[in-house]
Amino acid sequence: MSATRILAVLIKEFTQLTRDRLTYALILAMPIVQLLLFGYAINNDPHHLPTAVLVQDHGTFARSTLGALEHSDYFDIVETARTPADLDRAIALGRVQFAITIPADFTRRVVRGDHAQILIEADASDPAATGSAIAALAALPQEALKHDLTGALVARTSAAPPFEVVIHRRYNPEAITAYNIVPGLLGIILSMTLVMMTSLGVTREYERGTMESLLATPVRPLEVMIGKLAPYVLVGLIQTAFILVLARLLFGVPMTGGWLPLSAGILLFILGSLALGFLVSTVARNQLQAMQMSFFYMLPSILLSGFMFPFRGMPEWAQIIGSLIPVTHFLRIVRGALLKGLGFADLWPSLAALAVFVLVVVSLAMVRYRTTLD
Amino acid sequence: MTLAVDVRGLNKSFGDKHVVQDLAIQVETGKITGFLGPNGSGKTTTLRMLCGLLTPDSGEGEVLGLDFRKEAERIKRQTGYMTQKFSLYEDLSIEENLTFVTRVYGLDNRRRRIDEALERLGLGNRRRQLAGSLSGGWKQRLALAACILHEPRLLLLDEPTAGVDPKARREFWDEIHALSAEGLTVMVSTHYMDEAERCHDIAYIAYGRLMARGTGDEVIQTSGLVTFRAEGPGADRLSRELAGRPGVLMAAPFGAALHVSGTDRAALEAAIAPWRKPPFRWTEVEPTLEDVFIHLMGRSKDNFE
Repeated sequence: MSATRILAVLIKEFTQLTRDRLTYALILAMPIVQLLLFGYAINNDPHHLPTAVLVQDHGTFARSTLGALEHSDYFDIVETARTPADLDRAIALGRVQFAITIPADFTRRVVRGDHAQILIEADASDPAATGSAIAALAALPQEALKHDLTGALVARTSAAPPFEVVIHRRYNPEAITAYNIVPGLLGIILSMTLVMMTSLGVTREYERGTMESLLATPVRPLEVMIGKLAPYVLVGLIQTAFILVLARLLFGVPMTGGWLPLSAGILLFILGSLALGFLVSTVARNQLQAMQMSFFYMLPSILLSGFMFPFRGMPEWAQIIGSLIPVTHFLRIVRGALLKGLGFADLWPSLAALAVFVLVVVSLAMVRYRTTLD
Repeated sequence: MTLAVDVRGLNKSFGDKHVVQDLAIQVETGKITGFLGPNGSGKTTTLRMLCGLLTPDSGEGEVLGLDFRKEAERIKRQTGYMTQKFSLYEDLSIEENLTFVTRVYGLDNRRRRIDEALERLGLGNRRRQLAGSLSGGWKQRLALAACILHEPRLLLLDEPTAGVDPKARREFWDEIHALSAEGLTVMVSTHYMDEAERCHDIAYIAYGRLMARGTGDEVIQTSGLVTFRAEGPGADRLSRELAGRPGVLMAAPFGAALHVSGTDRAALEAAIAPWRKPPFRWTEVEPTLEDVFIHLMGRSKDNFE
């Protein structure tokens, strides 16, 4: 062992590190950005979840009950439905996380002590998003009417709770996490392999020097892109087929329908991921940078898309960032189609978002792709 | 006489480096023109501008009769460009590389063209070998075959024989002359003097400017250089004493002999006078191309640095 020789190698490494400015900057900036971004964005105990109500009883008790729900900080009443069908649609489309029905005979039954009930339907496709809100409901019946039950009714407060909360966990009644995670994994696995594989495409041509020959031929940018990406569309489709079959066989993930919008979503998502990889490869100067950039894209795709942590649990700014990530929209399509059986009519906003993403990224890649060595 | 290349006022800068400056060059159809000059003189940049790989900052003219600023796409289809570094796919076989090229150019009769190219290369029985496993000489022949598959009218070769053994180099040049005899115009950059002598014409550029143009003999004549050769024991060791004397522009050992050159005959003769006696034998010789080039390199340095 020679200290001089170790020092020689060590100093050389440091010198080379400072030569590669971008890599150096990424090494320093990545942890800071990620810490701030994800530290503030991720919340495993989401509050203020959007809730729709169908109130068929306009008495004081009903009002107090709703007041108590809002007071819990878990439920934000954003929609008042007129009919049960309206209410059902609000939760099916994912506009709200909870749908609450207060039946017409609520006040009468509370007064009589005759099994008064309210119905709370939760969109439990992501059990983590609803878990703590549902747990908070246990104390509701005791607390909600404390101030209203006066006079002759004061006895109601001491005995059994004045009403009962009936909870329906829809789309995933047994709160099985895999039902939510496995379809989500489809999005994560597809973007991980497709973005990374294609991000090396153009960069490798430059690194190996083959780009110079390619550019001297009459081949056009769009031709290069389509030619480079087409094989990976097939790779993506095969991966999708594998994952869906295993999701059914091993995890018993329900597949209630929506196959057409699902297929459209899968195709758009594969195209978007590939185009993004191609864009990265036109920006990165070497393959290491291409890998770093793809990785930089993967983390928010996992953490801010609603894959790992409830989307609604994030602050608004983080939800806006999340909406820019294709995985977010893809997850809505996969979960909406498989777990809820939604069709085109219901899923079009997410499909449109993916289509816009594909267009924007392809255009950017075409602008970035250089037809000369300038 | 028709011109395959006729461009003027070519300029190209990278950042604050003015790599090609007001370059004008004409190349006659069917001729082999050698492109010479020191490293970083703008040879590669010029070749790349001619085949549309780089956009000139300014300049005008025709390549193959087409406006080279506006019709780069059409010029590309009729031009073969061989890069300095091997730039075919090392992880594809010889045949797969050639097939790729025929497809990119949208050629007909692919099978026949590839078979002919392999035949010409003498690689028929190794067609399935990976390009990356070939030796330097074979890689360079494969690269040449790939860039003439589409039957270009203009061939641009950027230091094609760097790092290739003498036998392979000679075969390569035989091939270039054969192509030229078929009417192909060739521009080839090189650092080798023997290769410069194999060209019909020479263009010498330094610091982005054209310094000399013509056949080898013309370049030597117009240089105005006078060269004396000294032989005898220890003649080569005189270079240190002669260099720097007034009238001596260069004093370079050639084996055991010494070449001393200058443009002013009287001053040069005065400079060598003290050693013009036995045991040294002095003769006036024709300057070699190398003498001229080293002289030009030194002069351009004085002018532009």
